[in-house]
Amino acid sequence: MSNSAKKPRRQFRNINVVQLLKYRLPLAGRLSIMHRVSGALMFLLLPVLILPLFAMSMSPTGFDAFVAVASMPIVKIVFLVVIWAFLHHFCAGIRYLMLDTHRGLDKYSAQKSAGVVFGASLGLTFVFALKLFGVW
Amino acid sequence: MATPERIGAKRLVVGAHYGVGDFLIQRITAIILAVYTVVLLVGVLLMPAMTYDAWVSLFTFGVGGLPLGQVLGTLAFLSLSWHAWIGIRDIWMDYVKPVGIRLGLQVLTILWLLGSFIYFTVIIWGA
Repeated sequence: MSNSAKKPRRQFRNINVVQLLKYRLPLAGRLSIMHRVSGALMFLLLPVLILPLFAMSMSPTGFDAFVAVASMPIVKIVFLVVIWAFLHHFCAGIRYLMLDTHRGLDKYSAQKSAGVVFGASLGLTFVFALKLFGVW
Repeated sequence: MATPERIGAKRLVVGAHYGVGDFLIQRITAIILAVYTVVLLVGVLLMPAMTYDAWVSLFTFGVGGLPLGQVLGTLAFLSLSWHAWIGIRDIWMDYVKPVGIRLGLQVLTILWLLGSFIYFTVIIWGA
C-alpha cells in the first residue's frame, strides 16, 4: 500500500504522428484504418461532389454536360478514388459482418481474409479503371 | 462487490445499452446498402445502352403507378445517413477529446448528413 503510493502510475497516451508513420501494422490493421479513411472520405465528398454530380446526371439539361465533365481525365481520376473508397468499404464491410458472426476469428484466418479483401477491392478498382479509361 | 449469484448471464446489467443498439443499426444499414448497391449494379448491367432515360429510370421506376424507385432510393439514403452518423461519431469519439469541440463536430455531422439527405430526395423526387 505504502509502496504503490510513492511511485507515479505509468500513463499510456495515444502515439504521435511521427511514431504513427513508423508503426508497423498487421495487414488486418491496415485494412481497418483504410475502412475508416474510405468511409470518412465518402462522407466528406457526399454533399460537395457526389450529390452535385448525381444531380447533374439526373437533370434533362445537365446530362450531356455531365457526360462531358466525366470524360475529362482529371475527373476520371477523382472518380477512381471515390470508386476505390466505395469498393474498399464494401469489401471490408462484408469481412466485418463475417467476423461479427464469429467466422474466421483466429489470427491466421483473419490475416488471410484481410489479404483477400485488399486483393478484391484493388482488383475491382483496376477493372473499373480499365472501363473508365476506355481500355476495355 | 459482485456476489457469486450475480455472475455470467445473471450479472447486474447497467447502462443505457445504446452502444449495442448502434452496433446493430450500423450492421443492418450496411446490409441494406449492400443489397441496394447490388440491385443498382444489376440494373446498370441489364441496361441495353446507357442513355439519359435508362439512367433516370434506375432511380425513378414505378410499379403499378407507385414510385418504387424513389421509395427504395430514399430508404437506402436514410440507411446511409444513419450508418455514416454512427461511423463519423465514432471517429470524433476516438480522436477528439475536448467535450465542447466534439459536440460541435457531432452537430455539424448531423447537419451535413441531414442536408445531404434533403438534397438527395429533392434530386430523385424532382427528376
